Amino acid sequence: MQITEELVSYVAQLSRLRMSPEETAEMQKQMSEIVSYMDKLNELDTDGVEPLSHIFNITNVLRDDTVAPSYAREDILKNAPEHTEETFVVPKTVE
Amino acid sequence: MEWEIVMGLEVHVELATKTKIFCSCTTEFGGAPNTHCCPVCTGMPGTLPVLNRQVVEYAVRAGLALNCDINQYNKFDRKNYFYPDLPKAYQISQLYLPFAHDGKVQLHTKSGRDVTIGIHEIHMEEDAGKLVHSLFGDTTYPDYNRCGVPLIEIVSEPDFRETEEVIAYLTKLKSTFEYLGISDCKMEEGSMRADVNLSVRPKGSTEFGTRTEMKNINSLKAIERAIAFESKRQIELIESGGRVVQETRRWDENKEKTFAMRSKENAQDYRYFPEPDIPPLYITDEELAHYRAICPEFAEAKAARFVSDLGLAQEDAEIIAGSKYLARLFEETNAIANDPAEVRYWMMTQVLYFMNERGVQAEDIKLAPEKFAQFIGIVKAGRINRQVGKQVFESMFFGDDSFDVEAYIKEHDLEIVDDKSLIEETIAAVIAENPKAVEQYKSGQTKICGFFVGQTMKRLKGKADPAAVNAVLAEALKKL
Amino acid sequence: MDIFQMTALECGAAIRDGKLTAVEAAEQVLAAAEADKTNAYITVCREQALARAAAVQADIESGRLTGPLAGVPFAIKDNICTKGVKTTAASHILGDFTPVYNATVMDRLEAAGAVTVGKLNMDEFAMGSTSETSYYGPTKNPWDLTKVPGGSSGGAAASVAAKSTLISLGSDTGGSIRQPASYCGVTGFKPTYGTVSRFGLIAYASSLDQIGPVARTASDCAAVMDVIAGKDPMDGTTLDTPAAGYLDALTGDIKGLRIGIPKECYATAGLDPEVAAKTRAAAETLAAAGAVVEEISMPFLEYVIPAYYIIAAAEASSNLSRFDGVKYGFRASKEDYSGLVDMYNATRSEGFGTEVKKRILLGTFVLSSGYYDAYYRKALRVKAVIKQKFDEIFAGYDLILCPVAPTTAPALGKSLADPMAMYLSDIFTVSVNIAGLPGISVPCGFDKSGMPIGVQLIGKALADKTVLNAGHAFQMLTDYHKQFAEVK
Repeated sequence: MQITEELVSYVAQLSRLRMSPEETAEMQKQMSEIVSYMDKLNELDTDGVEPLSHIFNITNVLRDDTVAPSYAREDILKNAPEHTEETFVVPKTVE
Repeated sequence: MEWEIVMGLEVHVELATKTKIFCSCTTEFGGAPNTHCCPVCTGMPGTLPVLNRQVVEYAVRAGLALNCDINQYNKFDRKNYFYPDLPKAYQISQLYLPFAHDGKVQLHTKSGRDVTIGIHEIHMEEDAGKLVHSLFGDTTYPDYNRCGVPLIEIVSEPDFRETEEVIAYLTKLKSTFEYLGISDCKMEEGSMRADVNLSVRPKGSTEFGTRTEMKNINSLKAIERAIAFESKRQIELIESGGRVVQETRRWDENKEKTFAMRSKENAQDYRYFPEPDIPPLYITDEELAHYRAICPEFAEAKAARFVSDLGLAQEDAEIIAGSKYLARLFEETNAIANDPAEVRYWMMTQVLYFMNERGVQAEDIKLAPEKFAQFIGIVKAGRINRQVGKQVFESMFFGDDSFDVEAYIKEHDLEIVDDKSLIEETIAAVIAENPKAVEQYKSGQTKICGFFVGQTMKRLKGKADPAAVNAVLAEALKKL
Repeated sequence: MDIFQMTALECGAAIRDGKLTAVEAAEQVLAAAEADKTNAYITVCREQALARAAAVQADIESGRLTGPLAGVPFAIKDNICTKGVKTTAASHILGDFTPVYNATVMDRLEAAGAVTVGKLNMDEFAMGSTSETSYYGPTKNPWDLTKVPGGSSGGAAASVAAKSTLISLGSDTGGSIRQPASYCGVTGFKPTYGTVSRFGLIAYASSLDQIGPVARTASDCAAVMDVIAGKDPMDGTTLDTPAAGYLDALTGDIKGLRIGIPKECYATAGLDPEVAAKTRAAAETLAAAGAVVEEISMPFLEYVIPAYYIIAAAEASSNLSRFDGVKYGFRASKEDYSGLVDMYNATRSEGFGTEVKKRILLGTFVLSSGYYDAYYRKALRVKAVIKQKFDEIFAGYDLILCPVAPTTAPALGKSLADPMAMYLSDIFTVSVNIAGLPGISVPCGFDKSGMPIGVQLIGKALADKTVLNAGHAFQMLTDYHKQFAEVK
């Protein structure tokens, strides 16, 4: 798999990371090396093997539908870099 | 050229659980911003989701009601995207193994056609928060009270051809989920939301055209308008030599137009992968059997029974049975009053009138069946006439718990006048005071009788039995 | 009384016996933490610790607290949320984030009377094998300050080795407890996945992360497990395992224990001959005590690194998306962005370090449209194969014995200059995480330059007590774990 700078830029955009041309070039180099190592997995025949996401076979871990008190709003907001007494604050999402 | 519209629906329905899908915060609507929140639903570092048992039950019962195959083994996945209404920057949803698939819904449309709509799949997921925008300035204020409210998303096959099918489908979903008690499906409050995928093609063609997806449609009326607008836009575009672009379009209710959302918002790569924090679900055979056993009677079956057992006309039966709340009022009242025709009469005239003309929602009706039945007893005993009855019904319908039918009738002196001598006296007075009308009657204008009745009823404050007034009047006129 | 002459259990006993108070113990560790030369701590919370120690002491005297760890000072890796104490995951992007909630392990430690003295340095978001990617500067190896302590729980291992705490909590995603324990000559235990709640552990790779103890001895580790293990209603991946009995399981008896030594491990390129020799010698020590040691095959060894980095990076890219400058932590200054998307871009670019960004990019890549099947899905298939092969091995053996890392601690700066080599050095540890197994690193000797070497014992899922007991048995027969660094 060839990792191009275009691909690095696309992935950076998806990841919400701003990268200078130099960083993109460096990442392209490092990612290429790692991804070509990852391609090693292709040597292993996994035909017919089901992908395994959860290592242990446990199911149905469920919680009862019982209301617990929510947190004080002050505690929800206090770590925010910008907030009012009531809400978080972000740059406008619509034009 | 004749065009055919092809539509598929993605309907989000909020489940009426007490708590959120992954934490124990309340799902109560409203509340001051960010007061129904905890570290889990605001995505604080290190917090983990734990699935609400009730969500799974409600979802599976919805799937069964829509005749779906249930994936007994199903899993959650993460859908990754950045937006300030999504605190974790991923939505926990189901992509690879949703809990239900391949269902179908039978519809009876307004124009009387029977249509079957396929359900592609249904999955569980969490709702996002609400963004409030400053009117001036460049700021948005995220409110996370709605974050984590449980949703099911019902994805239909592209089986819709007419707007009335879409309306019938949404109406049916609302009715079905009401009967199950799993959602209130209020489009206006956002507890049921529909995105419409729409394309057009020459009639007779079997290929699909390029579709657009319309979002932000908040009422059945808006859906009709949005479909009309978007189908016309696509047809005109194609006929003028253009091409439809696959994109998401936002319905603007005020401008009555759809607008393409910015291409940046369109370019999505959600990078779904299995949610490692939530072990898979396995719905057992016993659970499925239990859910089937407790499945309530839905609108069609109920309407059929109203027709066959209670003698209602099909149309009335469909309207009453279409709403769990109307049907319950009807059945519980009739269980006491034992007069389906009379109960039907007051529901189809008064209750429907209040719903259509005054915006009363069926689920908000507070009228107790006991009170309704007591009222019917009073009407049937001839203690008030139907005209007065409407006044009493209205006061009773909008009255609070303490409303007492008997006290109201007494207080307003509404009981029927069955004192024949009082009616005779009144008619005599009306005749005496209206010589001109008497002359008209004598000259053969018998239509004037209505005038005498009206005047008499007015003096008796409408409380007389119109039949009795007519009889006494006929005798009095004969004597002239 | 110098508590640094004691293990954590001995310290707890001294406090219970009235030979030492919890406040005196806390004072000693606080003083050592404040004087620490390895940069093991990000935060030392003196006031909270002393107030807490006084309360704990009162509870011990009144008989409300009787457990073996009551009054014992603890240091905590800084990716574990501590209510009211700044928690950074060693990243700039968390800013001064101060959780309003405790990780479940913190609630349990506090209920047992432990006293938190501070938060420990680590690789940023636990991504690294050297503790050099910390925003707060690298931690150094107490045995040689020019060398790394390993990572990502470098602070957890260095602080125990440097006598700036007796015992600590770390987290292990691909070796992050075991490898620094090995580099620093201390004992580190990674429990079976799902044994210890992850609630409040700032996630790196959710399917691999597990909290565990770093201490002087396997028995100290077992005592911690007695406190922190067990099902947690706040973490749906925790198992219904017995929550206690770890300490009681340490009989030291390993007669008949079947131990397999994978030949592939010892054929690995770059394996330091001294590491090979000392770990083999450890196997002989166990054999002498009655264990049955045989050579086995781990034919999938060469695939574990790529599978691990695909899975870990994918989950990390998603887990770290929530750090977006909205709800907590750092946000870029207004001059650096215009509009929402730009705010995200600026905040995340300035807030994350290079190694973290690289893993986010890799993870985003392996999940992105067109590459998901070839990378992420493929890795999940390989994971299934690895699990199956381990099952086959454990059908015939109780434990696997192998090195923790191919070498002793490398010099500062050396690994980051060659990141691929750094990733490859995780070869002996990551498969344990992929398969969710328990593993321990215990000191088994020193190389010629005096740097510690650890040996790894891996058990089958839920055989945590077998692993701890084997480590304990080894420590009853050896005294490598009793040797401490002279920090110069």
